[in-house]
Amino acid sequence: MNIHEYQARALLKAQGIPMLDGDVASTPTEAEAIARRLGGAVVIKAQVHAGGRGKAGGVRLARGPGEALDHAAEILGMQIKGLTVQKVLVVPAAEIASESYLGLIMDRETQRPVFMVSAAGGVDIEEVAQQTPEKIVRLAVDPTYGLFPHQALRLAFGLYRDFAQVKAAARIMEQLYAAFVANGASLAEINPLVTTPDGRVLALDAKIVIDDNELFWRPDLGLLRDETAEQPSEAAARRANLSFIKLDGDVGCVVNGAGLAMATMDLVKYYGGEPANFLDIGGSSSPEKVINALKIITADPHVKAILFNIFGGITRTDDVANGIVAATRQFKVKVPIVIRLTGTNEAEAIRVLNEVGMTALSDMDDAVARVVQLAKEAA
Amino acid sequence: MSIFADASTRLLVQGITGREGSFHARQMLEYGTNIVAGVTPGKGGQRFDDKVPVFDTVADAVEATGANTTVIYVPPMSAAAAIVEAADAAIPMIVCITEGIPVMHMSRTMPFVRSRGVRLIGPNCPGLITPGARAKVGIIPGNICAPGRVGLVSRSGTLTYEVVNHLTRAGIGQSTCVGIGGDPIIGTNFIDCLRAFQEDAGTDAIVMIGEIGGTDEQNAAQFVKTRVTKPVVGFIAGQTAPKGRRMGHAGAIISGSSGTAEEKLAAFEAAGIGIMRRPVDVIEQLRKRM
Repeated sequence: MNIHEYQARALLKAQGIPMLDGDVASTPTEAEAIARRLGGAVVIKAQVHAGGRGKAGGVRLARGPGEALDHAAEILGMQIKGLTVQKVLVVPAAEIASESYLGLIMDRETQRPVFMVSAAGGVDIEEVAQQTPEKIVRLAVDPTYGLFPHQALRLAFGLYRDFAQVKAAARIMEQLYAAFVANGASLAEINPLVTTPDGRVLALDAKIVIDDNELFWRPDLGLLRDETAEQPSEAAARRANLSFIKLDGDVGCVVNGAGLAMATMDLVKYYGGEPANFLDIGGSSSPEKVINALKIITADPHVKAILFNIFGGITRTDDVANGIVAATRQFKVKVPIVIRLTGTNEAEAIRVLNEVGMTALSDMDDAVARVVQLAKEAA
Repeated sequence: MSIFADASTRLLVQGITGREGSFHARQMLEYGTNIVAGVTPGKGGQRFDDKVPVFDTVADAVEATGANTTVIYVPPMSAAAAIVEAADAAIPMIVCITEGIPVMHMSRTMPFVRSRGVRLIGPNCPGLITPGARAKVGIIPGNICAPGRVGLVSRSGTLTYEVVNHLTRAGIGQSTCVGIGGDPIIGTNFIDCLRAFQEDAGTDAIVMIGEIGGTDEQNAAQFVKTRVTKPVVGFIAGQTAPKGRRMGHAGAIISGSSGTAEEKLAAFEAAGIGIMRRPVDVIEQLRKRM
């Protein structure tokens, strides 16, 4: 789960990480008031779940409250990578002597949280990683013990010469690790970590991604979710326990299992179509899930035809068939539906469908070729 | 004549009286799997379906029955603890089906599993099946499998079934099918399975089903190139998946790649792995190489 910068700042601040005062605004006048309170020049930063905000024009310097009002008015409502900016963060403009990078991620390969630290921080850190990977120092932390003080110190010596700054940075690394663990994060990042001309070490930015699997037992973290920052269809799918990603094509897909769902999208493309979505109804299906899935997909006006691709293992194909029949009774589905199902309770599923004049195919390629053709005819 | 499960498998089911555990225990029994024990704390002394003795702890179950493999169907919040309990009882083969375990739990669990020298498969996986020995450890539907000499390893669940189904319908049986799981931290990776299949006298060829994300498939391709003499064919799901609205830079920095399908397919190609563009291509690609 992605959270906003201002929320991540609060989580880091709770661990004691030093940062500049600031506040979040939903309207230009709120931004103006915050700028007036802070005094001096401020930075207005779009709060949106997308990278590259600065390069998209979502981060601006304002010399005073008046400019803060103007810039906030421009940034609020702006589209960045298809997402609308609903909030801005207003923080004092810091004088910067140096920019470093601090990242902590759960790494598949070492199976541990890995620190990544670089003295070459800032917006081009990915380029640094690609072109001069030696400038990024990594350290895998044993989660049984956590980050040892000497490890933090050694990483910090790689950033600064001044010993006071080294100690400050080491402390921030320990606090970042604490924030990572306390909030069930899969990623925690400060970019940039800056030094100011008067020698302070400060976090100027904060990013945290929370492991979705933590939310089940950490409802407090779930409260950080900002549904207005998501695609409405994706938020609706999540509430219905469906895994859904909206795409740009016209072939709606309802599939059980993430791997099969991706393979189905690939096959739609293979046969010359464009998938309208990724949708995984999960293992244990119920007719309600199918109804919700059809509601979400049919709400997309671009969808010209819908494919069900169900391989029954734990999923009972008759549950899916009953869901399709119930959905078409509840609301009119205006586009053609192609159903492929095979596996658990297949005979009963086919009987249920046949009763209402629907049929099912048993082969995935046949079904995908058919739905692509129907979508083309309807376009 | 298989890997990880065979006629000597004596299976323990952790969470046998739960909703998922009981359903799948029945499926495994029906298939012919030798289930020797179940564990549900507080229900020791009962019998599951009048057949399988239930114990309070894994250690009790192992002592009484000599279970040498365990399959875990306990809820996400206690699943990592169940893995640790099985490893502490020195069960050499631990298969965890549970989906939704926090990744930090797994990060803390894996060093312990390794310290005990046992194998973990999963979590968030469909388990494995050896059709020739009627040994099913997990949730892969038995009726779509057939005994034979092709080994299959996959990160997916239902996509595995799709490919296995194509194999069986074409008359190509399987030595063992293993689902390694889709989570960021898993106990057994592609290379572990490739090594086992390479050493298994009952396997003539290997099917690998990967997904976008991470670098496990690329590492596996490198392993195939240098260490596997048997024919390998592969599929990568997610060739058309959109690039995520990625936050932060750490993911790309750590792997040096974004784990795209193109990168993985290129690695397959360079390793001489037969590329399946569609699941059904598994037949043609295998026949070309066998």
